[in-house]
Amino acid sequence: MSRPSPARSGLVFAGPTVRALQADDFANPGMLWVERGQKLWSEPVGPSRRSCGSCHADALRGAAASLPAVDAATGRLVNLESRIQACQAQRQGIEPAAHESDALLALSAYVAYQSRGMPVRVEVDGPARPYFERGRASYHRRIGQLNLACSHCHDANWGRRLGPETISQGHGVGYPAYRLEWQALGSLHRRFRSCLSGVRAEMLPQGHPDYLALELYLAWRASSLPVETPAVRR
Amino acid sequence: MAGGRSLGLELGVAALAVGSGVTAQPLVAWQARGDAIPRPLVEAMPDAARGREIAFGRDGNCLLCHGAPDSGARPVGNLAPPLAGVGSRLDAGQLRLRVVDPSRVNPGSLMPRYHVTEGLSQVAEAWRGRPVLSAEQIEDVVAWLSTLR
Ligand code: HEC
Ligand code: HEC
Repeated sequence: MSRPSPARSGLVFAGPTVRALQADDFANPGMLWVERGQKLWSEPVGPSRRSCGSCHADALRGAAASLPAVDAATGRLVNLESRIQACQAQRQGIEPAAHESDALLALSAYVAYQSRGMPVRVEVDGPARPYFERGRASYHRRIGQLNLACSHCHDANWGRRLGPETISQGHGVGYPAYRLEWQALGSLHRRFRSCLSGVRAEMLPQGHPDYLALELYLAWRASSLPVETPAVRR
Repeated sequence: MAGGRSLGLELGVAALAVGSGVTAQPLVAWQARGDAIPRPLVEAMPDAARGREIAFGRDGNCLLCHGAPDSGARPVGNLAPPLAGVGSRLDAGQLRLRVVDPSRVNPGSLMPRYHVTEGLSQVAEAWRGRPVLSAEQIEDVVAWLSTLR
């Protein structure tokens, strides 16, 4: 099992404009979502009028760095977004925010921001193992009409150019991230869909179990890189 | 795939694909002999100039990976050997196989297989059952490659 060495954030491969935007919180457009998330975090909602903050005093510092993880109660793999959705449904008694909705992006950006700078460290043994193996297999499987696997670009060819673009190691540590191409914040699963549509492969909906498993594999590959949310990318 | 980007990949890249929507024609049967496909896939006279357009444009998108002579100011990739001189290293039949199905020459090849529909998985519905390039386009591209001496 190999991972890129030394591990390098996508930021290293980005151009000066992107780097400058990310370096300055006042210029980083992703901070708008973090601010919105902070408001949502402390808003009492649902029948019991409970806010996220009423249960989690420290805004879940460090949580984003150790997700995805297997939820002990259900035995299922959850990432930050699905964890937030589960709290909304079960603890707050409200309709969970939809994938890629502004509310879910804002909340996940706010929570991930509390882990900014903390090294990614996920559990891949024990109950997480089958999910990890599934993610690893899809990372290395050739797919789409163009017949490429994630590993072809992000393991074998990082640092090289695909047309105008420099291929990075494909780490997810900056997500949700603001992409200039999207003109918005977007989730890691949305980024997956970009790569998949690039190779003309079938896309799955955000939050799909295959994407969660892939996210776990990526987090393992990124071990020790710090969380960057909200990152800026092209 | 709004805007029709592909392997250039809605990647914020320029797309190893699409653009014009799906124009590819059905697969034409071909036979490899050794490391070549000796016979052209279609009878029609190939057109090297059109082949260059296909290679440089979104249908072939060869420049995502390869450098090419006279690519001008276009940003070209460096995942693959430059195509300069390839027409003197390889004959038309060899070039044809390397574009039609590079996995026949190198099973681990990074290069997409431009005229096959079998042995692929999870192909997006819009592309399923269609080769990346039509038989006519393959012949045009091979004619262009042959001029790179
Ligand atoms: C044909 C090449 C190619 C393939 C195949 C590919 N990608 Fe990418 N990927 C890119 C390019 C180019 C970018 C944009 C530049 C960058 O950040 O690497 C990118 C970006 C990413 C990013 C964002 C990195 C960042 O720092 O913002 C992630 C994560 C990623 N890819 C994961 C994947 C996964 C998972 C797969 C397989 C499902 C995959 N990629 C398949 C070329 C590819
Ligand atoms: C995703 C990357 C990629 C794309 C796109 C691509 N190629 Fe390639 N190509 C390669 C690689 C890598 C090689 C080196 C041999 C190998 O690994 O199969 C290669 C080899 C070749 C060769 C043989 C060169 C030699 O000197 O032996 C030819 C000819 C060729 N490509 C033509 C094309 C044409 C024409 C297109 C577009 C229609 C194209 N390629 C698109 C990656 C690519």
